[in-house]
Amino acid sequence: MASISHDDGNAVVIIGSGAGGGTLAHELTRRGIKVVLLEAGARQSLASFSQVPGEAFAQLTWLEPRTQSGTTTVVEDYPTLPSWTAKTVGGTTVHWTGMALRAGAWEVRARSIYGAVDGASLIDWPLDYQELLRYYHMAEKRMVVARRNGNPGLPASNHFKVFHYGAKRLGYRQVHTGYMAINSRPADDRGMCIQQGFCVQGCKTGAKWSTLYTEIPRAEATGNLELRAECRALRIEHGADSRVTEVVYRDPSGNEQRQKARVVCVACNAVETARLLLQSTSARFPNGLANGSDQVGRHFCHHTGCFVWGVFERPIEFWRGATLAGVVLDESRHDPKRGFAGGYHLEMAALDLPSIAIAGFPQTLWGRELGFAMEHYRSMAGIFVNGEDLPRSTNRITLNREVKDQFGLPVANIHVDDHPNNAAMRRHGQQQAKALFEAAGAVKVLTSRQTPATHNMCAARMSRDPNDGVVNAHGQAHEVANLFVSDGSAMSTPTSANPTLTIVALALRQADYIERQMSTRAI
Amino acid sequence: MRANATIDRRQFLSATGVLTGLLTAGSPLVLLAPSRAWALDLATLNSSEGAALLAVARTIAPHDRLDDAPYALVVHALDDNAAKDATTLALLRQGVSALGADFASAAETGRVAALQAVESTLFFKSVRATTLMTLYASPLVYAYFGYQGEAFSKGGYLLRGFNDLRWLPEAPLTDSGPVFSQDSH
Repeated sequence: MASISHDDGNAVVIIGSGAGGGTLAHELTRRGIKVVLLEAGARQSLASFSQVPGEAFAQLTWLEPRTQSGTTTVVEDYPTLPSWTAKTVGGTTVHWTGMALRAGAWEVRARSIYGAVDGASLIDWPLDYQELLRYYHMAEKRMVVARRNGNPGLPASNHFKVFHYGAKRLGYRQVHTGYMAINSRPADDRGMCIQQGFCVQGCKTGAKWSTLYTEIPRAEATGNLELRAECRALRIEHGADSRVTEVVYRDPSGNEQRQKARVVCVACNAVETARLLLQSTSARFPNGLANGSDQVGRHFCHHTGCFVWGVFERPIEFWRGATLAGVVLDESRHDPKRGFAGGYHLEMAALDLPSIAIAGFPQTLWGRELGFAMEHYRSMAGIFVNGEDLPRSTNRITLNREVKDQFGLPVANIHVDDHPNNAAMRRHGQQQAKALFEAAGAVKVLTSRQTPATHNMCAARMSRDPNDGVVNAHGQAHEVANLFVSDGSAMSTPTSANPTLTIVALALRQADYIERQMSTRAI
Repeated sequence: MRANATIDRRQFLSATGVLTGLLTAGSPLVLLAPSRAWALDLATLNSSEGAALLAVARTIAPHDRLDDAPYALVVHALDDNAAKDATTLALLRQGVSALGADFASAAETGRVAALQAVESTLFFKSVRATTLMTLYASPLVYAYFGYQGEAFSKGGYLLRGFNDLRWLPEAPLTDSGPVFSQDSH
């Protein structure tokens, strides 16, 4: 690992070490570019991952205060956890479930294809799908995605047998064990999936791709990366020419430090990315860095996410096996005949004890109905409905000056008013999932409401027109040439795909661009 | 929670309570517990408050064949929270007192009706949350549900039944994938 001076104005500073930041760090360092990677969380390892559910959650999760408002039911159901994000080296790639889906061609042209939807702020992505596809191929190779590039699919678990049987009886055609960034056999110097269950606890064999044990150590091996874990970025400063010059952060002892930078890339998961930009105020940017058009934090998306549980009479034991290795692709399409714009994926899903009782069921469930469901934990199957929610300019991340964090800084407030399109899609997904389980013989089906999102997106989105978003097609701020957004915040719309593969693809594309820009001294 | 029923002199002198119980013979929990008898000291709540909260937890998450012991863990967690924070103690005290003195001994229908009446209160929501978080995180309850817990140290489930379901047809290989063994590379 390199040691980079705090005064080295030639360094690229990346804030956040997840799918976007971790991948970008590797791509830049392997080309000889010096990178300082700041990460708020601590560095875990395969050995240190806890498999005690509550403990694992506390080990990996961002638990600092955030507030929320709006009509989404998450406000009522999860008052202290509006969003489920990670705070650890590797970010959400440590707790993700490995579902590496591509966005559809129609989804990156959402505004053109869905048309003007009332109360939504849809735009088309400013880049060509064929080009995105090229980077998807690269990302899939890098992450060793199952069922792509000749990699075998993951084997069918008990849970998948139920999922597959019900889906086929319902008439679905595209049902399989998923495009998973999980090794079905040893590859990439990593182990294979031993079907140990609950991928969100961190994968103790490293079978699941995570920047923690792929991109980051490989970047360190180039001699060009300095990872600074447990370092919290406080603000980004700029010079007279509006270009960013340094990042102010707290080191693990709580002391304020400054790191000079030639380029700054922000990849803190949408909520904190928006918060950091909003906190970085100056005379030139009184409302936050790169926020001249008042777009930072707006259009926040988080997918229409909810669980549906089928209770069966015979054992399934869904804790045995890769958590999400099952998907129905058929509903991911734009078909207004269903009564809503956009589409969704039905994803097989299991939750641990006690999470299923806390987050899997409606918060109003108790008594005999709860007891019945829990008594059937062994014979339960689950589906997560992952759908494209519509962006709204009023769904936004702002600073809540009433609530301060441990550094005395205002926390993020997440405001989400659920769009009627989301509600219609969620209903449809729940009905389909219920029908799927009933087709497989479920004796009872239970449904949750919207759950706190891990898929946080679009809060600093890519746009052709600077008035519609924060960054251009390369994630480069419209107003600040050497400032980049390198996480899901940059997505123009959320699509119906779990976002990690798209974030990695965009990071690979961004690395090419940053290298070109640096070599021509444009930045 | 201590695994024996010794009650020291302090409990008789202080205003705080103790909950005691006996694991049912034949309960799967007997295998996990060092002794069938158990006792729980309470730091702030008195015995009747403890008993009422145990009845609340049982009504929120009823499992007829489950002993009182794991429910006592919920009371322990509530008592712990109350010891740390006077507001929580007041919330629990007032909540329990509003349920009436007969709550713990009432039949289930009576307890359900009493809790339905307070369903929207902070008291109920907070006891419900602690009940789910504590009860269903207990190894005692894992055993009751047949949940097998941590699996990495046992090599996961690859060779231990991840695909042993036989009551439905096998999924075709085109939609899944081959089972590799660890040493097949």
